[in-house]
Amino acid sequence: MGGFWNLLWNARVSIAAVILFAVGFVTLLLHRNLLKKIIGLNIMDTAAYLLLTSLGYIEGRLAPIVQNGNTDPSLYGNPLPAGLVLTGIVVSVSVTAVMLALTVRLYVRYHSLNLDEIYAMAQKEHGVN
Amino acid sequence: MEYFELLLLGLLVICGVSTCLTKNLLSSLVIFMAYSVIISIVWALLKAPDLAVTEAAVGAGISSILLFLTLRKLNNIRKEAEHEEKH
Amino acid sequence: MKKSIREWFAAWDADRFDLTASAAGPMHGSAKSEPPSEPKLDEPIDRVAAGEIKAFQMIYPILAVVLGTVMIAFLLLTVFDLPPFGAADNPTSNEVALRYVRDGMAETGAVNLVAGVILDYRAFDTLGESHVLFTALTAVLILLVTVDNRYDRITIDEGFERMQHDRIVTTTANILMPIIVLFGVYVILNGHLGPGGGFSGGAIIGAGLILYGIAFGFERLERYLNFRTFRIVCACALCFYSLSKCYSFFCGANGLHTIFSPGTPGRILSAGLILPLNLAVGIVVACTMYGLFSVFKRGKI
Repeated sequence: MGGFWNLLWNARVSIAAVILFAVGFVTLLLHRNLLKKIIGLNIMDTAAYLLLTSLGYIEGRLAPIVQNGNTDPSLYGNPLPAGLVLTGIVVSVSVTAVMLALTVRLYVRYHSLNLDEIYAMAQKEHGVN
Repeated sequence: MEYFELLLLGLLVICGVSTCLTKNLLSSLVIFMAYSVIISIVWALLKAPDLAVTEAAVGAGISSILLFLTLRKLNNIRKEAEHEEKH
Repeated sequence: MKKSIREWFAAWDADRFDLTASAAGPMHGSAKSEPPSEPKLDEPIDRVAAGEIKAFQMIYPILAVVLGTVMIAFLLLTVFDLPPFGAADNPTSNEVALRYVRDGMAETGAVNLVAGVILDYRAFDTLGESHVLFTALTAVLILLVTVDNRYDRITIDEGFERMQHDRIVTTTANILMPIIVLFGVYVILNGHLGPGGGFSGGAIIGAGLILYGIAFGFERLERYLNFRTFRIVCACALCFYSLSKCYSFFCGANGLHTIFSPGTPGRILSAGLILPLNLAVGIVVACTMYGLFSVFKRGKI
């Protein structure tokens, strides 16, 4: 085990988070299918949460739930990132719901999920100037 | 335990990539559901049980149901439009 | 090499909306009969636009892949500079987290420190989150309820109607629905004692209601959860949350005496306001989740 492998091993969760973030971002850019774009955004969300949560994890400590009334700080992990991410999860669900509703509206109007087609049809409708 | 964590992270990346590469929209949604379940286990391993419970209920349950419903609704709208075109 | 990648992307894109499970024909109504934005364009200005779009489509995948690779590289470079994973002296575990862990149980009365953080120390955060959920439901209502009248028939969905007479679905729902709702109530009420809380419990109860709606139809569910009840319950829960939190911050947030004492940590009736706040959040989340499903399913609550 060289130093490089040690480095990789120490950053394993962050590396997974980075790869997932990039995968979600590329999906968001590459796919013209609106539903796929929404899934890509969700993956990006979870990647960011994964990075945040991994920052609050401390090796060998318990989850932040007090056991037997023992409040020694060196016994429990960090409760703060978990609280922040909890807020984020629910907000991301709300955002997903609103985006899906917009997708349904677009489909009713243009009968297509392809963003470029929708764009071309909208341009044709309103005229280009 | 660390190897289990590594396995889960690898599965997570595989699920994320294959969600984006799958052509069939329905199977891509199912893989996304599996992705949510795996990430809830990862959070249990990262000592954040609140997140695990919430993600299992919200990510794997509600948001997947919403995605499936949207797919179904779009399917129905398409059928209706084709029906109207015929008449 | 470059061309093959382009062809691969083209093949990938051509198949983009294929629902093999139920599609007895091309899923993509208008696009299959006419390839993207070419045949019907006879005006020159449209042709220009189509050409632009086509050129854009060609560089788009390559650009995105390059961008993705560059982004991964930069992020990885940054990630290796982060403090090591799981070390106890990370800058994230600073004096704030230390204080939350050391004094959290004594000050808030919650055994679950995360619940203490999100519902006591940082309760305005959670209040905003509940409002975000409620606002999202409102936006979805505005967007989907006023959909073209032409498509009103869509809301009557034969597949779901058939499911209501399916013995497997109804029997399973009969057995599972009480257990799911009971578990959701347990998770909400135990929010300050163990993992869980308003959000997860509310989502579980919402999932139980969705199962009930799928199995037995919305008419039976409407006997006790119609739009009127829904509005009143949601508004009451949000108002209760706001008022109690205002009261708490007005006279208790700085360590002054409140009428809600933290109680004995570990008992179910303890932790001051956290239990009622969890209940309020759970009610809002359950109603919102069921409401989202109902709006997406049939266009109304």
